[in-house]
This record gives sequence, structure tokens and C-alpha cells, in this order.
Amino acid sequence: MNVMSRPVALDVSAIRAQFPILSETVRGKPLVFLDSAASAQKPRAVIDAMVWAMEHQYANVHRGLHWMSERTTESYEGTRDLVASLINARDRHEIVFTGNSTGAINLVAHSYGRGMMKPGQAVVISAMEHHSNIVPWQMLRDAHGIELRVAPITDAGELDFAAFEDLLRDGRVGLVSITHMSNVLGTYTPAERIVAVAHAYGAKVLFDGSQAIVHRRVDVQALNADFYVFTGHKLYGPTGIGVLWGRRELLDAMPPFLGGGDMIGSVTYERSTWAQVPHKFEAGTPAILESIGLGAAIRWVQDIGYDAIAAHEASLTDHALARIGGVAGVNVIGRAQDRGGVVSFTVDGAHAHDVATLLDRQGIAVRAGHHCAEPLMRRLGLDSTARASFGVYTTHEEIDALATALVRVREFFA
Amino acid sequence: MMFDDLRDLYQEVILDHGRRPRHGIRLAAFDASAKGDNPMCGDRVQVFLRHADGLVAEAGFEARGCAISVASADLMAEVVAGRSDDQIRVLADEFRDMARTGRSADGDAAMERLRPLAGVHEYPSRVKCATLPWHALLAALDGQGGASSE
Ligand SMILES: Cc1ncc(COP(=O)(O)O)c(C=O)c1O
Repeated sequence: MNVMSRPVALDVSAIRAQFPILSETVRGKPLVFLDSAASAQKPRAVIDAMVWAMEHQYANVHRGLHWMSERTTESYEGTRDLVASLINARDRHEIVFTGNSTGAINLVAHSYGRGMMKPGQAVVISAMEHHSNIVPWQMLRDAHGIELRVAPITDAGELDFAAFEDLLRDGRVGLVSITHMSNVLGTYTPAERIVAVAHAYGAKVLFDGSQAIVHRRVDVQALNADFYVFTGHKLYGPTGIGVLWGRRELLDAMPPFLGGGDMIGSVTYERSTWAQVPHKFEAGTPAILESIGLGAAIRWVQDIGYDAIAAHEASLTDHALARIGGVAGVNVIGRAQDRGGVVSFTVDGAHAHDVATLLDRQGIAVRAGHHCAEPLMRRLGLDSTARASFGVYTTHEEIDALATALVRVREFFA
Repeated sequence: MMFDDLRDLYQEVILDHGRRPRHGIRLAAFDASAKGDNPMCGDRVQVFLRHADGLVAEAGFEARGCAISVASADLMAEVVAGRSDDQIRVLADEFRDMARTGRSADGDAAMERLRPLAGVHEYPSRVKCATLPWHALLAALDGQGGASSE
């Protein structure tokens, strides 16, 4: 039989029609939203799912013996199944809901770092981490006598793999916690290689997938990772919910992070026992509505399919590198071979904030600043960059509009 | 004019002083100084003051930042010269009000000079660019080493 392969072309106008906000105007101009890496816009499916729940099916989860609570618990736990399928986790109990990526990394820094690492061991991060994958490890270092090592990057903005491996050689590294895709440079790190080398030296690996999972399929079993974190609001879902995936045997062995309701087996004044994973790590009333929104977002992304998303965004990124990099006086920062839909740049003679404000005047939203990556900025010898970032709804014409606007910015400051 | 849509915030005075600040120097001799730091965006400024006969005789600064913050620092350094610390404190209050509301009392020559910066009030994220040098200036007057804008 002749099986049609799934088309990878993406109908961008049909997708855009599903985002109510994309028909807004800003300063009298159609919104050109190139700041999805900070937070993505929300499709109708996500908005409707959350509103529907509030209107028709809402109660607290795991604790009501009544119809509404049971249905809401099903929705909440249903999103856990969806996340498990999204990242190909072996076991749904390996999915822990957190507030965001930051919450997930702090959970690991506390429960794995303080709970299972010994003073004198080390954590390795890279020179292109978001502050949320730096500060929790500094806190662990200062509280628990853990050394913090930073793997350098090359001038192209890629992990210096030989130097990375050198940091592991003494066998004292308990954990490598590293971005899967840089929010500043767009660089994808060589995840499989990182895991293979780290495991060879006895270290576990956590990937910060906040950016990576938006643009490409993630398979935690194929990566052979130990922890993977991401945040719902960048994946077209709501704010207030994030995900920690961890290997079952690690999560089982780790002590809890926050204490409170929902995370206990039983409580007496003398001692309490913990619930099984994942509930051991989900103290308090969780982000119920947000979990429903995240479930809708995952379904929506899977309906489009990562093949189509990745192809569309690769084409956008190539177009952006050519168009933005082609404007005289505009410098693209980061030249990694393997990269996702994020392009940082500087403009000669203009500070990034002025660039962003002038683009905003022309209806174009970009981010400017240090992008929560101050040490990376220092490594690059910069105070700040402007950054254009793309989502499934981004068009080639929007990138052309950015390039045209940048020519004006250059002339304005000339 | 080709850039009319961009001029409301970036008036010629701001572009000019942002690009070629007249007072963007570390004074050879100063008796008060403080740094200002905007942790959200990385703008940094250090203000230097030299007093004589109870008045600020000269002000200078070193800045790393956007056109708004550099122009604001430069115009500030210009208008504070020849004023007493108390007069400068009043001016700083008036300037911060103008940056937030876009309005200022008429008549004062110093405020007239600073008025091109009033446009920032429409850009809440840029107000602190304009006020950062003034925070540093007040910290210098108060003998504190530094200030942070919000
Ligand atoms: C690479 C990376 N890591 C972590 C985060 C933190 O995400 P959140 O603020 O949702 O915790 C972000 C986004 O801000 C990011 O881009």
C-alpha cells in the first residue's frame, strides 16, 4: 500500500487564526511579535480549555469525594500522561509538576543536591546558562560545600566539549546541569554526547529544556538523561506550571522539597511519612487550571507535529540569519551550527534598549537586555543584546519587517 | 520627515547628548561620587561632583547605557552646576515627577533644559533609564556609595 508521508509544510495563516492576540494592533500597527522565547502567545484551544474548566468542571484535586473533584483530578492527572507521552517518559510517575523551570531546577538543587550529593562533590554548568540554572547551584555550593564548575563555550557559541570533559575527569562531579538550547545564542547543546561522557565519569545529567522543547521533539529515553525540565508558558501553555522529569529511581531516593498537604503518607506530631512520587514533590494545591491549559497546549503542539514545527522554524531561522545578518551595522551574536529559533544581535552605535524601543515604535516586539544571562554577556564582552525569537505562528514576512525596521534604526542613529 | 514616528521619545537633543555627551568624564578632582546601577537592564553610571563655595562647581559622569540614560546624565551634569545641594534635591524631585507624568512646572530654566526627556513617561520600562543618573546623583550628595533604580 502506498502510505502518504505526513506533510511537513505548515499552514501558518491557519495557525495564526487560532491566536486571538495576533490580530491586535500595537501603536496603530499590526503586532509583529518576535519575543516568543520570553513567553509564547496562547492558542484558542488553551484559552478555551481553561475557561471551560472554570465554567463547567472545577474543584480541588485528590481530596474531594465528589464528582467535580474526581473529574478535575482526572484532567490534572491526564496532563501528566500527556507530558509523559510528549517527552517519551517510561513511567508517568516520573512527571512532577512545578511552578516553572526555575521551580524544577530549585527542586533538584535541593532534593538531589542537598539530599544526595556529598560536600566536596561538584556540579558542572555551562557558560551559556540562564540565571535560573546558575543561582540555585550557587546556593547549593554555599549551603552544602558543593563546588560549582563552569564549562566554557567557543567564540561561535558552542560548548567547548574538550574543556567540558576535562571538568569531569577527577570523578567528583555529581551532576551536570546544562541548557539543551541557549535562550540567547540559540545553540542546541550536543545532548547525547554530554550524557554519554557525563555518565562515563559517574555524573547525572539535568537538561534545562525551557527553549529546546518548543522547537524540537524531546525524547528523554533516547537522550538517556536523568532529569529534564521545562516551563509551560513558552510551549503555548499558561504561566504558573512547569515540569520536572526525573528517573524514577532517583525521584524515589530523593527527599521532598516543600512540605505540606498532598505530599504526605501520614502525619503525626512526632513524624510524617511521604507520599509516593510524584506527589511527594507536589506539596499544596497544585496549578490545577494551568495543568488543564498545559494539557491543551501539548495536544495542540502534537496535532501540528514536531516535524512540521521544526521544519518551519529552521526555515525561519535561516531566513532571519540571512536577513538580519545582512543589514549593514547589525551583528548576529552566536554562530552555532545546530541552533533553534532565537537570534540575538547588536546594532553598531545603538544600545540594545534604544533598538528595542525604536522597533516597538514600528510595531515590532523584541527583547533587549542581558536575557537573564549576565555571565554569558560578560563572556561575549557585551552589556546587552536585542533578541528576536520565533514561534510556530511567526512568518517570513515578519522577519522581513524586522530587517526593514533595522535599516531605519541604523539610519536613525547614524 | 522620515523619522517623525520615532521622534517623540528620541528628540534631537537626546540623540545628540546621547552620542556626544559634553560631561561624560571622570573629574580629575571630586569630593563626592556615587554609582548607579539598574540591575534589570545592566545600565551603569558613576557621577562625580566637585563643590566650591557651597555650590556644585562641576559635575561629570561615566556611563554605560542607552541613549536615554547617557543624555539624561549629560543634561543633569549641565544643569546642576552652580546649584546648592538643596536646590539640586528639589530639582531631582521635579525631574522624577516629570519622567513619570510627562508634566513639569513652567518657568524654571533647568527644567526647560530637561524637558526633552519628558517623553519617557509613555514608556514605563524606560523611565528608569532617565532617572538612574539622578538616583546616583542623590546618593553622591548623601554620601552614599551607590544607588539602584528600583
Ligand atoms: C533557557 C531558560 N531556562 C530557564 C528559564 C526560566 O523559565 P521560567 O522563568 O519559566 O522558570 C528560561 C526562560 O526565562 C530560559 O530561557
